[in-house]
Amino acid sequence: MSEVNSGKKAREMLQDVVAQVYQNAWDAKERGEPVGWSSSKFPAEIAETLGLAVCYPENQAAAISAKKGGQRLCEEAESMGFANDICGYARISLAYAAGVEAEEKPMPQPDFLLCCNNICNCMTKWYENIARMHNIPLIMMDVPYNNEVDVSEDTVKYMRAQFYDAVAQLEKISGRKWDEKRFEEVSKNANRTAQAWLKACSYCQYEPSPLSGFDLFNHMADVVTARCKPETAEAFEALAAEYEESVKNGTSTWKYEENYRIMFEGIPCWPVLRTLFTPLKDKGINTVAVVYAPAFGFVYNGVDELMKAYCKAPNSVCIETGVDWREGICRENKVDGVLVHYNRSCKPWSGYMPEMERRFRKDLGVPVVGFDGDQADPRNFSEAQYVTRVEGLYELMEANKGKRG
Amino acid sequence: MSAVFTMGIDVGSTASKCIIMKDGQEIVSKALISSGAGTSGPDRAIRDVLEGSGFQREDMGYILATGYGRHSIDWVDAEMSELSCHAQGAFHLFPEVHTVIDIGGQDAKVLRVGKGGMMESFVMNDKCAAGTGRFLEVMARILEVDIGQLAELSEKSTQKVDISSTCTVFAESEVISQLSQNTDICDIINGIHRSVAGRVSGLARRVGVTPMVVMTGGVAQNSGVRHALEDELQVDIHTSELAQYAGALGAALFAFRKAKKRNG
Repeated sequence: MSEVNSGKKAREMLQDVVAQVYQNAWDAKERGEPVGWSSSKFPAEIAETLGLAVCYPENQAAAISAKKGGQRLCEEAESMGFANDICGYARISLAYAAGVEAEEKPMPQPDFLLCCNNICNCMTKWYENIARMHNIPLIMMDVPYNNEVDVSEDTVKYMRAQFYDAVAQLEKISGRKWDEKRFEEVSKNANRTAQAWLKACSYCQYEPSPLSGFDLFNHMADVVTARCKPETAEAFEALAAEYEESVKNGTSTWKYEENYRIMFEGIPCWPVLRTLFTPLKDKGINTVAVVYAPAFGFVYNGVDELMKAYCKAPNSVCIETGVDWREGICRENKVDGVLVHYNRSCKPWSGYMPEMERRFRKDLGVPVVGFDGDQADPRNFSEAQYVTRVEGLYELMEANKGKRG
Repeated sequence: MSAVFTMGIDVGSTASKCIIMKDGQEIVSKALISSGAGTSGPDRAIRDVLEGSGFQREDMGYILATGYGRHSIDWVDAEMSELSCHAQGAFHLFPEVHTVIDIGGQDAKVLRVGKGGMMESFVMNDKCAAGTGRFLEVMARILEVDIGQLAELSEKSTQKVDISSTCTVFAESEVISQLSQNTDICDIINGIHRSVAGRVSGLARRVGVTPMVVMTGGVAQNSGVRHALEDELQVDIHTSELAQYAGALGAALFAFRKAKKRNG
């Protein structure tokens, strides 16, 4: 298969969008305006509506890890007293907040914090620590425990009250007034981005896929940091158009055989992304499903639906919704197997996977194989163990194909 | 029609094993060197197995490598993971097998085996030496006994001693502490075996333990660990004198299938 050259344009647009998010933060800092740090699924609509610059520690930690700085910052956090078995992103962020430099991905220090525990519960203590270090306000949105598919009206009411409380606090911090018209515009941008993101992800359904699913991990940075900006929507629309073109031309960003198609479950091990990729490409195993597609591709109408959407992150939905999300994309994208990352940094995610594995085997009839690793700390990953597990998955998929004839 | 000879090479972390088979049925020659990946072990095992059979490498219809160091031999016809090879090897030794417990030098795995010895599912240990052959080696060294004596000594145990199964280093400290309290060495060894069994049985339960259960890998020779696993899982565990060769045996069997396919 030939390489897609036209793919470069959308990729560059997407890179520019994220670069601009961080540039805006540096510029705001220089102007003496407050800069926030936000968890990845805090309602970005609020800061965007108020014109506040915000950076994303999870995105920063992933970038630092991918550039091999993860272990250094994790060790710095450990020397501050944080245990080596708490989240690697948290350790990196705590070290950076404490003043440890990170040339890999610098960002301005925070003047306020936006924390939503929908993404994980470690986040609350992580942000509390930063708030104490810098003596700055922590604006918290608490998503109640949810063991049902639907979000109750009580939860929506509770979330809505917190939403407007956050608005009030941020009005004070920014010195700006909330503008409903601007909020509507921002929401429109966010919905347009979500639709374009979902459309781009949907091209994984084609056989062969016009993209390597690992591309989606990189594009996640845009969904996390810049959902509410029109240029993000435009970049994803351009990406979807390129995939459409690739389907017509029979080209792909996946330059290898597509013998098998899998779902990669969990956050990738950023420090060893190439190591993760190599045995997959050697065996012609393309990743065509990642849970981030449905988890971040939400469209809403009004504040109440927005609150419902923010209740739904990979670690805050009930197991039935989590299984539905994954089995939905596995069926649509026709996967032959599932590779599960048991992420030492993410206890909630690793905590529900054994039951999900059982469901995938039973409902989808595909082999499921797990490996141990870490999203940020390379000390928790063994290449030899990973390679053997991938080869084991390949041999199970081969055997399944043999059975089907 | 002339016979087809195939070679299976299992390059483990602590030992290299080779088997030559005739027509995927009869073992013609076998060799085991107690040095694994990154040493001269694989070359010596290959040399010995060829000498034992009187064949040259060129006489082989197909050569397949498996094990941790499988990628280090670049002249073989194919490579496969040790997972499928142990399943196939165990099936050759025990056609009724449904569960394989393989404890090697630095990993432990449990395989669910289906029709024809095909692997259906597996789990492996995490990034930790507890519950592996290396764990036993470390313990034998502290106790100043030969690793081959562990089983015999553990049979003489009369008192239960608990040894941690979570970390080799901490377990080592516990053993030293027990020695300083003059605890009977046989009881300590029995505790070490139960520690390995506790760790591996956790893996086994994740896959599901369906009889017949077969133990392969170097640690299968240690009846103390095997009995501790039987107690833990409440199931009979079968093994063979060829347990340590199971990976190489499976590799030679897969090599025969591939040779047949290649030759039409």
